[in-house]
Amino acid sequence: MKLAGQTIELLKKEIILEWRSKYAFNGLLLYIVSTVFVCYISFNLNPGFKQTPGYPIVWNILFWIIMLFASVNAIAKSFLQESKARLLYYYTIAHPQAIILSKTIYNTLLMSLLSVLALVVYRLFFPNKVDDMLYYFITVLLGSMSFSTVFTMISAIASKAGNNGTLMAILSFPVVIPVILLLVKVSKAAMDGIDRSLSLNNIGVLLAINVIVIASSLILFPFLWRD
Amino acid sequence: MKFIYQMWWKVLAVALVLSTFITGLLLRVPRLPIIHETIRNLYFHVPMWMGMLTVFVVSVYYSVRYLNTGKEEHDLAAVECVNTGLIFYSLGLLTGMLWAKYAWGEYWSGDPKQNSAAIAFLLYCAYLVLRNSIDEEQKRAKISAIYNIFAFPIMVVLIFVLPRLTDSLHPGSGGNPAFGRYDLDNGMKLSFYPAMLGWSFIALWIATVRYRIRLIENKKNAIN
Repeated sequence: MKLAGQTIELLKKEIILEWRSKYAFNGLLLYIVSTVFVCYISFNLNPGFKQTPGYPIVWNILFWIIMLFASVNAIAKSFLQESKARLLYYYTIAHPQAIILSKTIYNTLLMSLLSVLALVVYRLFFPNKVDDMLYYFITVLLGSMSFSTVFTMISAIASKAGNNGTLMAILSFPVVIPVILLLVKVSKAAMDGIDRSLSLNNIGVLLAINVIVIASSLILFPFLWRD
Repeated sequence: MKFIYQMWWKVLAVALVLSTFITGLLLRVPRLPIIHETIRNLYFHVPMWMGMLTVFVVSVYYSVRYLNTGKEEHDLAAVECVNTGLIFYSLGLLTGMLWAKYAWGEYWSGDPKQNSAAIAFLLYCAYLVLRNSIDEEQKRAKISAIYNIFAFPIMVVLIFVLPRLTDSLHPGSGGNPAFGRYDLDNGMKLSFYPAMLGWSFIALWIATVRYRIRLIENKKNAIN
């Protein structure tokens, strides 16, 4: 029970810190909006593209790629922004598992909010027919959760290893490729309005990957934080 | 650790692998459409993955031991196991591609099994890059041990779980029967099981030799 209490306190702290500065949130929102806008302008160079049969496929994949890079950028910061002294202070007052858990939950919340906003902006610039909007929406939330769990643990590892962006990408992309494949598959099914029960299998695998990643980060993080 | 200096299992490994060269190439195999004689690749392709899995499991074991004890030898054992595992990984991919050329028509046809094997290969290459990026030995050992433990279950999901759920053409995936279903005539078992055991031992042997070389190098470079 102590762990849960500490996690909630740390989560509150993360949210308050973010609320005061709003740096990560605004920065990322701008990042997403400008990426979407760049894509919009670039695609508009080819008039008539929206009527081609390939458009819905590109629409779906482009959205996930934008989300992938946005979340790498968002979550890479989660251990970088803490100074060494402050991290040391946390470790004296809280359990390391509470720290990684609170970071993961915080990143999940941040990414869910951002991805919903991103979806709204994206649909504004790239109109497209989505048959099963609710299911697509759930997939987007599931996707932001999966990205958060994977990238939080990887950013903890990368921050210990000199904290460069290359390392973060090298370490996380092999882990995140199966996640993104499943997400593209499930969201395409939602877009085409395919019966929901047919995607349950893929969602199950996605949740299983999440469980594996969370479990291994809970086990491994207590070894990682000590210098 | 006494096991690695013993002789009997190395002799056994060589005997088993040599026996599969004879039994695997000469004994009768079931005639199946499309696959025909390429079914014999079962004796040479699947054992590579078995060998890889064996050394990767040993590597995870030593990574866990390292995190508990902090002894440098355990880290060396873990990294040499991964190095050996990557050799077997490449051999597994190559033998698979060779088979795919005859069974599917192309060396690389983007089958889910091939693709996820390639992704998992990147996962372990990232492990080696991570090691190179850290200079301080103890820190390197600790962080790479953590990453190794983290990567292993994901590798298992990628290679052994995901292709089974998708429409892969690979035997044993996507609803295709594994060879186990129709090779149950005892002739094939006679070559298959010795091959699995033999190649696992060979992988272990290579890993132990590399580990012992590393230990000697380490001793030579140590400052007393």
